[in-house]
Amino acid sequence: MVEDPAMSAREDILGRIREALRKPAPFPGHGHAPTAATTHSPAPPPAGARSNLHGSPVIPLRPSVAARPWLPPGGVTPAEQWDRFRTASTELKTAVEEFDSAEAAHARLRELAGEQGWSGIASHRAPLTDAALSALSALQLPTLLTDGGYPVNDMEKCSVGITECDALVAQTGSILVTSRSTGGRALSVLPPHHLVLARRAQLVPDLGTALEQAKARYAPHWPSMISFITGPSRTGDIERILVLGAHGPKQLTVFLLP
Amino acid sequence: MTAAHQFLEQARRITRDLRHRGLIQTALRKYEVKRDEKKLAFPDWESARQAAAEVKWDAINHLDSYLEEFVARLEARGTRVHWASTAAEARDAILGVVRDRKAKSIIKSKAMTAEEIHLNDALEKEGYEVVESDLGEYIVQLRHEPPYHIVFPAMHLTRDEISDLFHRELGSAQTREPEELTMIARRVLRQKYITADVGITGANFAVAETGMISITENEGNARLTAALPRTMITLLGIEKVIPALEDLALFLPMLATAGAGQTLTGYNTMYSGPRQPGEADGPEEWHVVLLDNRRTELLADPEQRDALHCIRCGACLNVCPIFRNVGGHTYGTAYSGPIGSVITPHLRGLKDWKHLSGASSLCGACTEACPVKIDLHHHLLQNRRNAVVEDAPVLERLAYRLFAVVANHPTLWQFAKELGRTFQPFHRWILRTKLDPAKAWTATRDVPPMAEMSFKEWWRTRQ
Repeated sequence: MVEDPAMSAREDILGRIREALRKPAPFPGHGHAPTAATTHSPAPPPAGARSNLHGSPVIPLRPSVAARPWLPPGGVTPAEQWDRFRTASTELKTAVEEFDSAEAAHARLRELAGEQGWSGIASHRAPLTDAALSALSALQLPTLLTDGGYPVNDMEKCSVGITECDALVAQTGSILVTSRSTGGRALSVLPPHHLVLARRAQLVPDLGTALEQAKARYAPHWPSMISFITGPSRTGDIERILVLGAHGPKQLTVFLLP
Repeated sequence: MTAAHQFLEQARRITRDLRHRGLIQTALRKYEVKRDEKKLAFPDWESARQAAAEVKWDAINHLDSYLEEFVARLEARGTRVHWASTAAEARDAILGVVRDRKAKSIIKSKAMTAEEIHLNDALEKEGYEVVESDLGEYIVQLRHEPPYHIVFPAMHLTRDEISDLFHRELGSAQTREPEELTMIARRVLRQKYITADVGITGANFAVAETGMISITENEGNARLTAALPRTMITLLGIEKVIPALEDLALFLPMLATAGAGQTLTGYNTMYSGPRQPGEADGPEEWHVVLLDNRRTELLADPEQRDALHCIRCGACLNVCPIFRNVGGHTYGTAYSGPIGSVITPHLRGLKDWKHLSGASSLCGACTEACPVKIDLHHHLLQNRRNAVVEDAPVLERLAYRLFAVVANHPTLWQFAKELGRTFQPFHRWILRTKLDPAKAWTATRDVPPMAEMSFKEWWRTRQ
């Protein structure tokens, strides 16, 4: 039998790891006992605990998302959560605009298209974007839909990318997008302005909840990419001075719809 | 010239460069203000650190099973995984993919692991164009320099130097506006994205539970690198694994806060496969290269195993009095600062890199800053001990033996003291010259004169 070199590298590395792990390492905390911050216990995992593929014991290290009082809070009541989302957005320079009706939002879209002189729109098929695009159709702007593939050069010419989102995160002011539900990987980063159409009900308190929700919705058939977008593209690489629009959008706008 | 000589020589030059010092202090002061502000958003930063340390401990101490879980899930979704024991194997795996795809140009987003294995050199030697897309990395690439800092690659340059560089290399007009400079790079790199055949990325975390890698960035350059080219390659060290998806809810804000003084970085993206059926874009194929490169040797040292918990935030560099004075390039390593001084001797050999562990005041600022509680300054001390155990310098060993003999015999001690007192006045004649046997010490320090009368002699006069 011919030995597959790739296979042997795999076995070599795993072998070295197993050999190395025969000596136990002290638990973190510089010799101190585990704190109450985590529920670490070497006791057998409780029923329903995650098992891994190879049956080695999994230590239940993590309390549920709700029981992590040491992480930045996302707010308990909806009012608190909205307050955090707005504060974070202001700091990040994300524009958040709220509307009582889809019609009002569409009117504002037409206004923005004029103000910013949009020369083309990139978007994808979804209920909120479909309605927005038909409301914009009177402007007769070139419109690119990414569903099913698209030429990159055409998207490069678009002034704005209009997408839906999976969630808004109060804790960090983030927007969750995926390659399946929001028009692919490039739509939210290639055009110079990313405009998100979101429903108010999409606000979640924190990153943990957003990840839990995504897991419930997709696992195990995950979109190939899920991404938390937190503010417009930014860099501080030149003298630590903030510049927006390093590679991705210079502008990020969130329209909150009922 | 050995690495140790190079370190000393460069440190001597940089510590006297006041302009450099000013730049670094200003940049790091800005970072400190933001970091302290964002840390306050954590109701209990210490508990968050402990939790992060415990999750990483779990990951590293069950690395084999988590790695296998991660790889099995990746492969199940059509991703090709390459295991590389050495830097050369990782370079070969990547070169193999690039050759097979008949690629011409390659776009790359920031990856310290690629610096570690000198990937760009290897690709360029074979005639491929590799362009760094992170702004800071792009700037240092144009200067043919390695990154200065794990997180802030171009923090040692002023806007004027960058303007000159762009003017010379790209033919752009001179400007003092960081925004204009950024836009110049944006325009050039946009075209590179559109024409690149292959995109290479690093990874910040590898999630075992879901078979995902997670990339943290601010610019959107990694998002584009993973979106446009037909082939995507991701290079990561085996220690990047974390057990569960929800662990990201802890690590993403901690990495952003400790690393850059942000609540969360601009883009935190999880990839679980190449373009899937029904998706609009994304690479047709995705190769993930898992790199050992002697990480398993560090793993085999239980005392310092926690150094593999590192999430490469750079917080220990930012607070380190040595880093702040000698600068990032002086280290001559891919990973600089305290974490670099701890792990480089394991990755590249203690004999040639032990001097890094000597370049420390052992003040412990790094250990205190580390978001995953790596016991950095004690590891520096352990490296010093290991270096002596492994290979003590003959002269040093002789000197200590001689000292032990003298110190154990009062008459000899008395004699040595007399000798010192008699000859010290003559030392002044050769002080700090080539003839001075203590030059390494006296070059930057005064030698106090020995007392005219020792305590013992004084005591005798009192009797």
